[in-house]
Amino acid sequence: MTAMLADRPAHEDGRPSAIDATRHLRRFDLKTRILHGVIMVTFLGLAATGMPLLFSDAPWGRWLARVFGGFQGAGLVHRFLGAVLLAAVVWHVGEVLWRAFVRGEKGLLWGPTSMVPQPKDFVDFYQQMRWFFHLGSQPRFEQFTYWEKFDYWAVLWGTALMGAAGLVLWFPQAASRILPGWMFNVALFVHGAEATLAIGFIFVVHFFNGHLRPGKFPMDLVWFTGSVTDHELREERAAQYDRLVRAGDLDRLAVPPPTGSLVRRGYVLGTAGLTLGVGLILLILYAVLR
Amino acid sequence: MRILFRASLVAAGLLAVAVVASAGQGAPKPPANDDCLACHGDPTAKRANGTSIAFDEGTQKAFGASKHAQMACVDCHQDLAALKEFPHPDTLAKVNCGTCHDAAQEKFMRGVHARARQDGRMLAATCVDCHGMHDIQGAAEPSSPTNHLNLPATCAKCHGNLDIITRGHIQIGNVAAIYHDSIHGKALEKSGLLVAPSCVDCHGNHDIARKSEATSPVFRANIPATCGKCHAGIKQQYDAGVHAAALKKGDSRAPVCIDCHTAHAIQRADTDSWRLAVTAECGTCHANVVDSFRLTFHGKVTELGFSRVASCADCHGPHDILPALNPASLVSQANLVTTCGKCHANASASFVKYDPHPNPRSYQRGRVLWWANRFYWALIPACFGFFGLHSLLWFRRSWRNGHGTASHEKDGGRA
Repeated sequence: MTAMLADRPAHEDGRPSAIDATRHLRRFDLKTRILHGVIMVTFLGLAATGMPLLFSDAPWGRWLARVFGGFQGAGLVHRFLGAVLLAAVVWHVGEVLWRAFVRGEKGLLWGPTSMVPQPKDFVDFYQQMRWFFHLGSQPRFEQFTYWEKFDYWAVLWGTALMGAAGLVLWFPQAASRILPGWMFNVALFVHGAEATLAIGFIFVVHFFNGHLRPGKFPMDLVWFTGSVTDHELREERAAQYDRLVRAGDLDRLAVPPPTGSLVRRGYVLGTAGLTLGVGLILLILYAVLR
Repeated sequence: MRILFRASLVAAGLLAVAVVASAGQGAPKPPANDDCLACHGDPTAKRANGTSIAFDEGTQKAFGASKHAQMACVDCHQDLAALKEFPHPDTLAKVNCGTCHDAAQEKFMRGVHARARQDGRMLAATCVDCHGMHDIQGAAEPSSPTNHLNLPATCAKCHGNLDIITRGHIQIGNVAAIYHDSIHGKALEKSGLLVAPSCVDCHGNHDIARKSEATSPVFRANIPATCGKCHAGIKQQYDAGVHAAALKKGDSRAPVCIDCHTAHAIQRADTDSWRLAVTAECGTCHANVVDSFRLTFHGKVTELGFSRVASCADCHGPHDILPALNPASLVSQANLVTTCGKCHANASASFVKYDPHPNPRSYQRGRVLWWANRFYWALIPACFGFFGLHSLLWFRRSWRNGHGTASHEKDGGRA
C-alpha cells in the first residue's frame, strides 16, 4: 500500500510522510446526517404504513394496518411522515440552490464534489465492472461514487414524484380543480409503483451497497458519526483523497474520533433500521411468492 | 300381579258390555270417553307385553284443555266406534286427521314430509310431530307448538337434531342453529317479535316443497315474492333493478335476495363484516369488476377489513342496481356527482372523472394510466435487474477478495 502511494505524484506535493492512518476525517456534516436520519425514519415509517394498502391482499396486510390503528391510523401516520419527508427534501433542494446561486458556492452543480453525474462516473462504472470480473483494479473514486449519486437522485426523483402523487391523493377535491378525476387513478398507480421501486431499491440495493456488503457489514457508521478514518478515505475514495492532499485541505477535515457511546448508539439505531427494512422486504417477498 | 291385570281387564270389559247392554237400543252405541278411561285411566294397566296403556292424569288434563276437548276418543280412534268386543285388539288403525281436516291433509300429502314417508323414510314428520297429539292446541295459543313464536323450536325437533339429520339424510344440515343465529331467529326467538318470520313464513306449512320445485315459495324465481311479503319496499326497489329484469327473463344466474343475504343465516346489512363480505358475492358474476375495484383505494381498504370506504352497493345501490347507461342509475353520468358526493363533499364534474374500476392494461379506458403502467413495468425490472446484478457481482468479487473493500494492490498488476 505504501509502495503504491509512493508512486503517486501527490506524494511529492509535500504531504507529511508520517500521517496517522487512524485519524478521523469529516465526511458528512451534521445537517447532512440529520437529513439522512429524517429520510431514514420517515422512509421506514412510510413504507410500513403504506405497504398494507399496496399489499392489501397479503395476509399480513390487516395486522400491519392494525399496528397503526387501522387504515385511518396508518393513513394519518403516513401523511404526517410524508409531509416531513417532503419538507426535508424541499428544504435540502432549496439549500443547495441557495448555496449555488445566491452564495455562489462552487462545486455543487459541477465538478468532482458535485452530485451531478460527471464523465468520470461513467468511466468509474466501466472500471468497476472490469474489477468485478478481475479485469482491472477498482476505480479511484471521488467524493461520491456513481452508485451513491444514483441513490441521491433516486431519493430526489422519488420524493418529488411520490410527494406530488401523494398530495393529489391527500387533497383530491382541491386537485380535481386543476386535474381530471382519472388522475387519481394515475396518482395511486404511480405512488404504488414508485413505492415498490423505492422500497426494493433502498432495502436491498442501498442496504447492500452502503452497509451490508462484505467490508462494510453490518453497516457503514459514517451515516451516524459523519467521519471516516484517513485509511478508509484513502482506500475508498483515492481520487478525493489525492485532490484534498494536493489542495492542502485534508488536515482541515480532521475531527476527533467518535466516542464509544456515539458508535454504540449508531449501531443500535442502524441495526434497528436495517432490521425493519429487511423485515419489510421479507413481508413483500412472502406476499409476492406465496 | 298378572292375575290382577287379567282380572281388571275382564272386569272392565264386562262393565263396558253392561253399559252397552243397558242402553238397550238396537244400534250399538259407541263407547264414551269415560268407557275408555275405565281401562286407560288406570295408571297400572298394561298390555300383554308389559307396556302401559295408561292415559295418565297429565295427558287427561292436557286433553281437557286441548282444542279437541269436546271430542270423543272414538272420533279420532274411529275403528273403536263400532267395536263391541272389549278389550279391543292391541293394534288399532292409524288416526286419520284428514277425516275432519281434509284440506290440510290434501296439502300435506303434496308436501315433502308426506312424500318422504311414501318413499319409506318414516322419520319424516306427520301431523302429530308438529301439532301434538292429545294435547293439540290452536296455533293462536301461546303454548301451542305451532304458535308463531314456537315454530322454530318445533321444526328444530328434527331439523336441529343431529341424529335425525344424519339418519334422515337432511342435506341442509342443522338449519335450525343457523336460523337461530340469524337476524330473523334473534328477532323471533329472542325478542319475541311476531313480525319476524318463522320457518313456515317462507316455506309454507303443510305443503312444504323443495327449493327445486317451481311451486315452492323458496324456488329461486319465487324468492323475491316470498321475501317481499314482508320486505315490500325493498322488493319494489329490487323489481326496478337490472337483476329482477334478468330474473324475469329466466336468467338462472340473476341474483335473488338469498344470494347476498343468505337464506337462513341472514344478518343485519349494516354490519362491517356483512358489508365487506358481500363484495365477494357480487364477484361471483362480476369477477373482473371486483378485480378492478381491488386496484383502487376503495377496494384496498375494504380488502384490509375496513368498511368506512365505498364498496359495490354504496355506489351502485343495494337493490335498485341499474346499468350506468340508464339515466336513473346511481352511476349514470347525470347522477355521479351526487353519488360520489355522498362521501366526497364538493365532488365536482372533474372529480367524478375518476375511474372506480381502472384497468391499467386498457389503452381505451385510460391512456395516461396505460403509459404509466408500461413505464413502470419497464423501469422496475430494469432497475432491480441492473442493480441486483451489480450487487451480486460486487458480492462475489469482494467475498472472494477476503471481505476486503479496496483491492488496488491485489489487482493492480492484472490491470
